[in-house]
Amino acid sequence: MERFSALSLARKALGGHLGWKPQWRSVEQPKKAYDIIIVGGGGHGLGAAYYLAKQHGLRNIAVIERGWLAGGNTARNTTIIRSNYLFDESSSYYEHSLKLWENLSQELNYNVMFSQRGCLMVAHTVHDVQVFKRHVHANRLNGIDNEWLSAEEAKEFCPPLNISPNIRYPVLGASLQRRAGTARHDAVAWGFARAASDMGVDIIENCEVTGINRGPDGAVTGVETTKGTVNAKKVAVSAAGHSSVVLEMAGIRLPLQSNPLQALVSEPVKPAFPTIVMSNTIHAYISQSDKGEMVIGAGTDSYVSYTQRGGLHIPAETLAAICELFPMFRRLRMMRSWGGITDNTPDRSPITAKTSVPGLYVNCGWGTGGFKATPGAANLFAWTIAKNEPHPINAPFTIERFRDGVMIDEAAAAAVAH
Amino acid sequence: MLLIRCPYCGERAEVEFSNGGEAHIDRPRDPMSLTDEEWAQYLYMRDNPKGLIAERWRHAHGCNRFFNAIRDTRTDRFVVTYEIGQPRPEVTPEQAAEAAR
Repeated sequence: MERFSALSLARKALGGHLGWKPQWRSVEQPKKAYDIIIVGGGGHGLGAAYYLAKQHGLRNIAVIERGWLAGGNTARNTTIIRSNYLFDESSSYYEHSLKLWENLSQELNYNVMFSQRGCLMVAHTVHDVQVFKRHVHANRLNGIDNEWLSAEEAKEFCPPLNISPNIRYPVLGASLQRRAGTARHDAVAWGFARAASDMGVDIIENCEVTGINRGPDGAVTGVETTKGTVNAKKVAVSAAGHSSVVLEMAGIRLPLQSNPLQALVSEPVKPAFPTIVMSNTIHAYISQSDKGEMVIGAGTDSYVSYTQRGGLHIPAETLAAICELFPMFRRLRMMRSWGGITDNTPDRSPITAKTSVPGLYVNCGWGTGGFKATPGAANLFAWTIAKNEPHPINAPFTIERFRDGVMIDEAAAAAVAH
Repeated sequence: MLLIRCPYCGERAEVEFSNGGEAHIDRPRDPMSLTDEEWAQYLYMRDNPKGLIAERWRHAHGCNRFFNAIRDTRTDRFVVTYEIGQPRPEVTPEQAAEAAR
């Protein structure tokens, strides 16, 4: 692997940027067998392959992707990274991820453009104020930074914010996690792909898994794909909105509903927005990308769908909220909108676990907020696959929690904004 | 935005409706006799098909009645909507092909 440094970039610049090589090996045809097959070549799947190779010394791995690398939800989210979740289980999972984010560019030698610009969660009602203060206290007990700001302090931190008492839902205050931020979504996937490929992981694109093969004892023996049978003793599914479809091949029913979640970006403008602002109550969240576009997250369509689009009334509602909160954006034109298929659990917390089928693992249920968890989930999923048992952090995130009634109810934190 | 045919009111815009999730899930007659596994299946485990789904809708800003629909989740085209209490209708291959189009 060609390492990036100031010197190597300068040398390539002086050479007219000729001679750049592909950053990972393109593998057209999978081998007959691997030790581990990862289904799904998004950030989570590629990251799991990376950590399996890096931390667990397992290198005979294939990542099988139906479309192209990181073309699903990795490319479709609004790249918000934060860890201010309410419950101990979730905050330790998301904080584990945030800590990995903080060193990810160095670790991968690939700039993922992680920018800790803070995340302001705006409160509009007495209930919001109480809930967010509760989050602040819970987070601080868990050693996670989160603080309460008055409306004036929030405006000082984010000057475009409209704190006029005359709007329909006036801003009463906000919680602020300063270590929260954004990252460049493609770079995360590319960085993991490059590092994993360098350690021998095969990344196979345009290869759809059509079946999961099992032996007489019920254990996994491999997968059927559009490029033939591939054998492996361990198959790990990281297929986001399609997790139900893949696991149904092994007869496993999941507590998931796949819904489109829409997002949109404006025309690019000069740096005008210093942070991330989220409002759960009037449903708006916004940040500015390094290209200058305002990245705006809209809501979830209410019905099960795999169409990667949704109704226009959903983003229209979000834009109304954006215009009220940030009047200066009223004449900003929107450039593109799209949808991603999110896999939502009843308690809005993920599943990173073994399944009832020996050798079959699943990382799913990230719903509307999986991007922030990319390195953390990948890291703990790799642990679970390698050791055939969960890490203490992801141990509560099983499928069985729905049977046993030990849910991690993050609907307040996760049902709306990401 | 979807155009949805309410069996009672006719075709209306999606904003008049709320989705009620998977259809044809019967509440167990004797919940106390269920195992935890069966109860979890009833409460939380859902069909999440990429293809035809039977789902409930409620005409919330209209007649306010529930009804069922069959829809293709790959295209969001409806095959048929029908009243609560009716069995899931058979879908002909022609109807399925039209919905998948």
